[in-house]
Amino acid sequence: MSNPPTSVEPDDEHEISDPFDDVSGMGALDVLRRGVAMSPELRTGIAMTIFMAMLAASGRLVIPIVTQQILDRGVLGDSGYRPGFVWLVSGFAMLVIVGVMFASRIAYLRLVNTAEAVLMGLRVRAFRHIHKLSMADHEATRRGVLVARVTADVEALAAFTQWGAISWIINSSIIVGTLVVMSIYSWKLTLVVVLIHLPLLPFLRWVQRHQFNAYGLVRSRVAETLGLTSETVSGAPVIRAYGYEEPVRDRLDDSIDRQYRQQMKAHLWFAGMLPVVDFFSSVSLAGALAVGVWWQGSVGLEVGELIAFIFLVNLMLNPISELGEVLDQTQTALAGWAKILAVMDMPIEVTEPSAGVVLAPGPLDVEVDGVGFRYRTGPKVLDSVSVRIEADANVAVVGETGSGKTTFVRLLARLADPSEGVVRFGGVDLRSVSPESRHASVRMVPQDGFLFDTSIADNVRYGRPGATMGDVEQAVGELGLEGWLATLPAGINTQVGERGGRLSAGERQLVALARAQVADPGLLILDEATSAVDPETEEALSAAMTRLAEGRTTVAVAHRLTTAERADLILVFDSGSIVQAGRHEELSATEGIYQRLHESWMGNTRSPT
Amino acid sequence: MWRRGTRLIWRSLSAHPIPHAVAMVGAFVFVLAAVGGAWILREITDQLIVPAFADGEVEGNEVWTAVILLIGVSVVRGVGVITRRWFLIMAEMRTQRDWRRSLLWHYLDLPLKFHRSKPTGELLAHADIDVQAATMVLKPLAFSVSVVLLVVVALISILLIHPLLALVAVTLFPILAMLSRSYTAKVEGPAADVQQRVGDVSSVAHESFDGALIVKTLGREAEEVERVTAASELLRRDRIEVGRMRASFEPVIDALPNVGIVVLLLVGSWLISRGSASPGDLVLAISLFSLIATPLRIFGFFLEEMPRSVVSLERVDRILDEPVVTSRGSKSIGSGPAAVSIDHLDLSHDGHPVLSDVTITVDAGETVALVGATGSGKSTLLEAVAGLLDRDSGSIRFNGVSIDELAPGELSGAVALVFQDTFLFADSIHENVALGQTDSAGVDAALTTAGASDFVAGMRGGARSLVGERGVTLSGGQRQRIALARALVRQPRLLLLDDATSAVDPVVEAGILDNLRTDLATTLVIVAQRISTIQLADRVLYLSDGEIVATGTHRELLNRDDYRSLVTAYEQVESR
Repeated sequence: MSNPPTSVEPDDEHEISDPFDDVSGMGALDVLRRGVAMSPELRTGIAMTIFMAMLAASGRLVIPIVTQQILDRGVLGDSGYRPGFVWLVSGFAMLVIVGVMFASRIAYLRLVNTAEAVLMGLRVRAFRHIHKLSMADHEATRRGVLVARVTADVEALAAFTQWGAISWIINSSIIVGTLVVMSIYSWKLTLVVVLIHLPLLPFLRWVQRHQFNAYGLVRSRVAETLGLTSETVSGAPVIRAYGYEEPVRDRLDDSIDRQYRQQMKAHLWFAGMLPVVDFFSSVSLAGALAVGVWWQGSVGLEVGELIAFIFLVNLMLNPISELGEVLDQTQTALAGWAKILAVMDMPIEVTEPSAGVVLAPGPLDVEVDGVGFRYRTGPKVLDSVSVRIEADANVAVVGETGSGKTTFVRLLARLADPSEGVVRFGGVDLRSVSPESRHASVRMVPQDGFLFDTSIADNVRYGRPGATMGDVEQAVGELGLEGWLATLPAGINTQVGERGGRLSAGERQLVALARAQVADPGLLILDEATSAVDPETEEALSAAMTRLAEGRTTVAVAHRLTTAERADLILVFDSGSIVQAGRHEELSATEGIYQRLHESWMGNTRSPT
Repeated sequence: MWRRGTRLIWRSLSAHPIPHAVAMVGAFVFVLAAVGGAWILREITDQLIVPAFADGEVEGNEVWTAVILLIGVSVVRGVGVITRRWFLIMAEMRTQRDWRRSLLWHYLDLPLKFHRSKPTGELLAHADIDVQAATMVLKPLAFSVSVVLLVVVALISILLIHPLLALVAVTLFPILAMLSRSYTAKVEGPAADVQQRVGDVSSVAHESFDGALIVKTLGREAEEVERVTAASELLRRDRIEVGRMRASFEPVIDALPNVGIVVLLLVGSWLISRGSASPGDLVLAISLFSLIATPLRIFGFFLEEMPRSVVSLERVDRILDEPVVTSRGSKSIGSGPAAVSIDHLDLSHDGHPVLSDVTITVDAGETVALVGATGSGKSTLLEAVAGLLDRDSGSIRFNGVSIDELAPGELSGAVALVFQDTFLFADSIHENVALGQTDSAGVDAALTTAGASDFVAGMRGGARSLVGERGVTLSGGQRQRIALARALVRQPRLLLLDDATSAVDPVVEAGILDNLRTDLATTLVIVAQRISTIQLADRVLYLSDGEIVATGTHRELLNRDDYRSLVTAYEQVESR
């Protein structure tokens, strides 16, 4: 990329931060509602799962009651010790225990299946959405932050599904079940218990909101640490070579520390919340007791019934405290979910047509009509640019850094849409061309020869969906790269390393050209590498470039004299407009930007030996 | 597994004894309050409810006492819970912070070779997901420890009631241990797989987002989505595999205390029928047993979490065990331009020799060009001189001092290598040049020498302007000039330029090299392609297949056919 600052990032002071930091507009309930709406996997068979979990829950409720009954009636009852009753009811209890085990197992298995399907769906959808975001959005964000959205944040949800989810279902069922049994004993006392709990609701809402925000900030801190880590790892050679370890260490420490402090802050809410709930439950226990004892008559309970009722209220404390234990996971999960939803909320600037036009094969003619471009609210980077490029023409785009030439070619590749005006290929508005057809007919080779961490063959094959090894070899042959490949240790199967780091810049460019050749596009957009590469590679590159351009329309951001000299049309960009257009002979004879550029090229490469 | 789990816990305990200890005290208070609460409830039943119903009379004072006792015990319980939670979280998060920090610090110290062999995304996963999973087992720790006394007291009390009842209660523990053993043995492999899969997903995601531009230009979104789907699918399958095992284990440990109670009831009732125990004994034994039911479950969960934590920490440890480069010397290079002498240097990568028997000397203040075809070992040689790569044999000396004897920081302070692939941090231009040094005037001067001051001044924030990650907001030539300024600001005594101005406009490049020679008192080694650059050198070292095949001035070397054809090829290509 020779001038992205103006093409997509007009604001030099633009803060590199987490653009998804702001989830303040979303509450926990919104997250739940929208999250569920977005995950269809969640709705299939969930009723059965909940039913099984409730079955397990009711079993858990039954067992202590049954044990109590055995003791009360079989051991300590009025008729004394009754072995037959004890054996019979114990046998029943065993059956219930085994039943609960099976129901839990089924509920758990179903839940795991559902949860994993949801997580995978969520991860893939978020990943897809991130790839649909504009380059400007990508460049404004640290990679590590984007990675966090599809890994760390999804994992936060995963932790919840392994522990929290089933706990919520079972324990809330137990609470509801207990309340039902309680109201069978005495609806009046049950009402007392419920009323005493009522003031909790606004409190819980308040805590919940703060907690949710606090955990949201935890997710941001996690992403920040990951962003910094990814930068540290990528920049390791520079850090080492320049003895930059200490400041980087400090910065990492700082970020780890901030993450720690935010986690503690969030957990403060968590630690404090349950005791308050527990306190209210105890007050309700005491209340039920006091009311039951004082107004015996009007409540109308026998002594055994009141004791049983109090036993039930006490029984409710357990599930409440278990819910308290999974609350932090729940909030973490919700916060992670919110972050993922916030990614899905980022607008996609380049939207594909539903039924797109298919471009004719062969060289394309290009018509740029009154095109202007600005990035979001930034200043205009291109202003009323109009030009016609004939099919099969060979166009060179030149200009200073920041003149708008890279933005211009990016618009041709539809990496962004013009803010005004229209780009037409073969008379068709580029925005209405189907993505498949566009990818098949238009191919941009960026300056930065990013390669995937696999073999050269695979990287070339990626040039076109469904390309075979035969196609790869053909493309390599057509560009005359066999000689170069023969010098590599494993030839075309050489592994290129992360970002293609094991190859030189020139070699990466060769692979990128072969990748374009496989696609056989009608319009080739080249952002020529500026790097001087070693002569052998340079020769291979130059030859490959010439062959690649044959039989197609080519638009090249030119950094080489020869490219400009050979062009049918040179477009000279300055401050977002085309200021000169013509052939080399005309332009080099006219005073202007091109002449100056030309002289600077001449000055070096034709220097005396 | 138990031994490994114990070691993990010990590492956290010994590093953060106080939060762990306070959390245990908090848990203990909670346990006491819980037991006390049960006792209070029984007393209330016996002394308040039953008499109240018996004679219909209610003592207001007694009711109030009961209410205050119940609420009081809940307050104590609450204090216990808050203490346990807060300090436990503190212990857990501090442990995470420790492990995360040592991991990230280790990333900084690991040799280049390591970084070039590991995908960034995987290293990210270690720092986040593995560290987090490693501390999961600490969550039930305080509670488990705090109930040990309770469990012992309860078991002894049951033993005093009847040995057979105690045997029933005690037997549950070995059963739990055996269950956990078989679960652990089965789950360990899949649990490790899950962590690995998360790392794989992270690698795919990182690479894919890193190459977003290429993904867009290739129209490869769908294929990339497929790639991440495939990685997620493997993760999903492994996690379901683990889930299946948990689904068998967890309901069993959940049921274990209940089974214990029923067995106690049966055994107890048999004892009653033989006359060797009273019904009251059985009731007491069961209420004692219910005290250890919850600890038993918590302990089960603890055992359940252990395998995942252990395998996760082992993944972190594998990285921490990777040896780092350390300099133990104390010598200095001295002041002024540094002379370099390399003697019989051999260096190989993955068993392939890259440099063999390289012997060269560069005088102090000399400018030397390193010329050779792609793959001849130029970059490797420069990285070895900068101390970034380990050599197999041979020596590298600066002003006669061996590279191994230099004091820490001496090498990076004296030798500056500007890489072929520029890396900029997502920070200001100023910080990218200064890299922690504070001299503002020095930064400006370096930017000027590097030919960057004009375009930097043209940016809205000047040198305070932020550049995107990897410098995406700048052009290749601009990035290279900033990277060069970064080297110059250190006033290196040896400057190594690895094709460092290749993307800079040739005329600008010539100006920069002129500046270098006039403004800087340094020894200069340049890898270059352009003949105009090579010509600037006092001497040329010609490298071919990892060996120095010729040295001399450019003119002298032009007599060699291979050299001539190599260096003039660019010209020929350009002018064709």
